[in-house]
Amino acid sequence: MTAKILVSCLVLVAATMVFAGQTPKQRSPRPHRNHPDLNGIWEAMNEADYDLEAHTARPAMAVRPGPYGPVPAAPVLALGAVGAVPPSLGVVEGGEIPYKPEALAQKKKNQENWLTGDPEIRCYLPGVPRATYIAQPFRIFQNNTQIFFAYQFAGAVRNIYLKDPGPAPVDSWMGQSVGHWEGNTLVVDVTGMNDQTWFDRAGDFHSDALHVVERYTLKNRDIISYEATIEDPNVFTRPWKISMPLYRRQEKNAQLLDFKCVEFVEELMYGKYRKKPLD
Amino acid sequence: MRKKIEIVGLTVLMLWTILSAAQLTQNPGQGYKPPRTVDGHPDLNGTYDLATITPLVRQFTTQRALTDEQAAKAEAMIMKERKDGDAPLSPDRPAPPKGNGDQDIPARYRIASGNVGGYNSFWIDPGWKINVVNGEKRSSIIVDPPDGHLPKMTPEGMQRLASLGFLPRSDTRESNDPGLDRTPGAYDDPERRPPAERCLLGFGSTSGPPALPVLYDNLHQIVQTPQSIMILTEMVHDVRTVRMNAQHLPKNIRLWLGDSVGHWEGDTLVVDTTNFSNKTRFYGSSENLHVVERFTRTGPKTLLYQFTIEDPATWATPWSGEYTWPATDSHIYEYACHEGNYAMTDILKGARERERTTAKTENNK
Repeated sequence: MTAKILVSCLVLVAATMVFAGQTPKQRSPRPHRNHPDLNGIWEAMNEADYDLEAHTARPAMAVRPGPYGPVPAAPVLALGAVGAVPPSLGVVEGGEIPYKPEALAQKKKNQENWLTGDPEIRCYLPGVPRATYIAQPFRIFQNNTQIFFAYQFAGAVRNIYLKDPGPAPVDSWMGQSVGHWEGNTLVVDVTGMNDQTWFDRAGDFHSDALHVVERYTLKNRDIISYEATIEDPNVFTRPWKISMPLYRRQEKNAQLLDFKCVEFVEELMYGKYRKKPLD
Repeated sequence: MRKKIEIVGLTVLMLWTILSAAQLTQNPGQGYKPPRTVDGHPDLNGTYDLATITPLVRQFTTQRALTDEQAAKAEAMIMKERKDGDAPLSPDRPAPPKGNGDQDIPARYRIASGNVGGYNSFWIDPGWKINVVNGEKRSSIIVDPPDGHLPKMTPEGMQRLASLGFLPRSDTRESNDPGLDRTPGAYDDPERRPPAERCLLGFGSTSGPPALPVLYDNLHQIVQTPQSIMILTEMVHDVRTVRMNAQHLPKNIRLWLGDSVGHWEGDTLVVDTTNFSNKTRFYGSSENLHVVERFTRTGPKTLLYQFTIEDPATWATPWSGEYTWPATDSHIYEYACHEGNYAMTDILKGARERERTTAKTENNK
């Protein structure tokens, strides 16, 4: 009898482990009866923040012409290989971002002026979708009534409204996010964004007419399939889409820490106004 | 026998009265059955508006409880200020005097204008209600020491505070800036400005811990999951993640808002915070500041927030406060501070310009 109970228990434990992909001890109540549990710390693992489009490796984000091709520009020269751009086949479906001709010219100008133009350098809120793949983790808090995203970079946040509050009263850096579930997918409609953020360090940009629809689909316990459809008739000829997996950080002690980068850019932004500017 | 019970009962009642006068409200949620989350704990989810006119430190009275009359008078005064402040200004109004002497701004808020004139009532939202805890209208947030004041600072704390000079503190109020003339070096470098001016934290310990009511933007959001509880402070979109039943981080990892771990004591969420950065100076605290907060649902729309501050290097005795957080349907909008911080450039440039002008004047003498 005892053995029978023990066997039943073992079977149950094993089944739970297989089902949840984790030890029963770690298992906690599902926050929502009907929806996948997205709670946790997630991070993209790709080169999207360098350049959404397919690209070969480049010597630096800021380059200048050298005698045999581009070399790192003076302000980033000291970084050497650390400042180089790693290669990628890109995350844009169809390969290229469908810019209008005049917008493509602006993108190229942005790229040339990356050092002074990229809001990431100044620790500005990264906007959507850039916050997702800015190469730092973010945390999803989810329960029956609320979904909230906290990003490590610049301490950016998004409350995902589950009830549409109506049009955003004012444009903002992170926009207004309204979420709903389509089967197992969390669909987030993002509007009300200003025109100050970029998509990457390659100068890809948008206007304040930006509309992003994100889809978060839990593939297994540790992978979210992420898609973002980007629409902005001022800049692009048609809507376009990026997609990438987001991975759960596996470290037992994983958590978001402070990345209040404001204090790291004060010397850059205000150093020249010190009473005694540094040499 | 009956008499004995009565005597014991009376003694208990007296003891309770004495103790409760000196300490945090005990069993605050008693009698109220809060809604529960899937894991069986009280549901703290929601957005709360911390604005209240009850100050941290007791003023104008020695009693913890205000009479209904005193509370009504205080609230009426605030309402009048708001009403007066909202009234249209005369088009023939002359320029306000230099400094913070603008008579159109209620005296209590002129401080927010620093040396340059500033916010009228349109810009501020400090609440208009006396805070009520357990039915009692409160004269201060501090309840221990029972006189409603901070305990005396230790000599070590005083010395630290003096040696810090004008170095910024997390409890610095919105621009209570004594001005260029009285603070040598205060405008030499961005690092000399308070964390709020640098957009590193909100002012007045709005994020805490402990979270205190401030002049405006008092909304806080709680998102509760079994593993962690998120507390968002409107200014400056600061998130605190309370890790449940977890160990504190290694001592060498220091955070602006400290490291928070939580557990449930009955229906009360207890949050323990240590590992503060030495840039967070709460009322002159050391980096060994230890804050214990207690969150209890006391009604369908209220959360009681209690905190105890412990920092033997700064105060010989721990001290405690409590106030009610009313739930609100208001939405929290983005507080993008650094992104629009043109003031930092202007403050420093202004100081350099003044130095140039002063040097020129002296050369001409």
